[in-house]
Amino acid sequence: MAGSNHSHDAAHHDAAHADHGSTKSYLIGFALSVLLTLASFGVVMSGLVPHDLMMPGIIVFGVAQLVVQLVYFLHMGTSPSQRGNLAIMLFTVLILAIVVVGSLWVIHNMNVNMMHPTSQMVPVE
Amino acid sequence: MSSAAVRVSHGALDDAHGGGVDHHHHDDGSKTLLGFWIYLMSDCLIFSGLFATFAVLANSTAGGPTGKELFELPYVLGETMLLLISSVTFGMAMLNMHAGRKGKLLAWLAVTFVFGAGFIGMEVYEFAKLIHEGAGPSRSAFLSSYFTLVGTHGLHVTCGLIWLVVMMDMIRRHGLDDANRRRLSCLSLFWHFLDIVWICVFTFVYLRGAI
Repeated sequence: MAGSNHSHDAAHHDAAHADHGSTKSYLIGFALSVLLTLASFGVVMSGLVPHDLMMPGIIVFGVAQLVVQLVYFLHMGTSPSQRGNLAIMLFTVLILAIVVVGSLWVIHNMNVNMMHPTSQMVPVE
Repeated sequence: MSSAAVRVSHGALDDAHGGGVDHHHHDDGSKTLLGFWIYLMSDCLIFSGLFATFAVLANSTAGGPTGKELFELPYVLGETMLLLISSVTFGMAMLNMHAGRKGKLLAWLAVTFVFGAGFIGMEVYEFAKLIHEGAGPSRSAFLSSYFTLVGTHGLHVTCGLIWLVVMMDMIRRHGLDDANRRRLSCLSLFWHFLDIVWICVFTFVYLRGAI
């Protein structure tokens, strides 16, 4: 049993090594994640970044870290074995964007048009 | 229950036919992972709903405290680092699982548990402090949506911790069989997925709130 397990192991390891990553790939992913996390917090906490650039800054660093973790920790990629997962994820991102952006858009318009009587007067002037 | 039955029947087949079963079983494992990935993506949709709710209600503080007054960024940075370290230690555990080193696998899983538990401990302390300061979930719509979103993530991590303990016990009892490898691969996806959700939480809840 132990013997067959071992040979199974070796075959498994060779065939799917790219999917499992290595110590090096995990450490690269970890280092990049730490750097991007510190960059995100630095943008807001350091006081060196102009106020207008803070929001774009944290979004850029956040999205970059999402990609880093998807590639290095979840082993997302365009290899044939990952293509199905990638397609499902991209579809999810589409639904997610529709839900989040759609909600913000609709509610923002509702706020503008219904909550403040003064802003309703603006087009008239 | 059914997976245990699969494992038993697989064990019996393995004795009878040897290597022929491995191919079949490998296929089975990849389908489980695909199914688990689909679950994770649907979980993503739950979080997207909660994020959308939070984004809409973030300014509805009803005269109560705002995120800028409440959130302590150095503390959140500490939480983030704990979760990030637990993610990479889980990666180390998975590498040892693929190499078949049971002892090291269990050790790395234990390290992962410690960091994960540290994260949950910090989050529970943070919640208790907020509620003690009178900034509980019933204070304003902003705080309701904050506690729902961050609490849902914390609940997921807590479930991950329970799953981790169960897996450690099952590996200790049954060793690194195919069923345990498959389950551990699912847990690995779950754990890294929670780290990814946390990136969105600290970016859009804490950092955005502090701007």
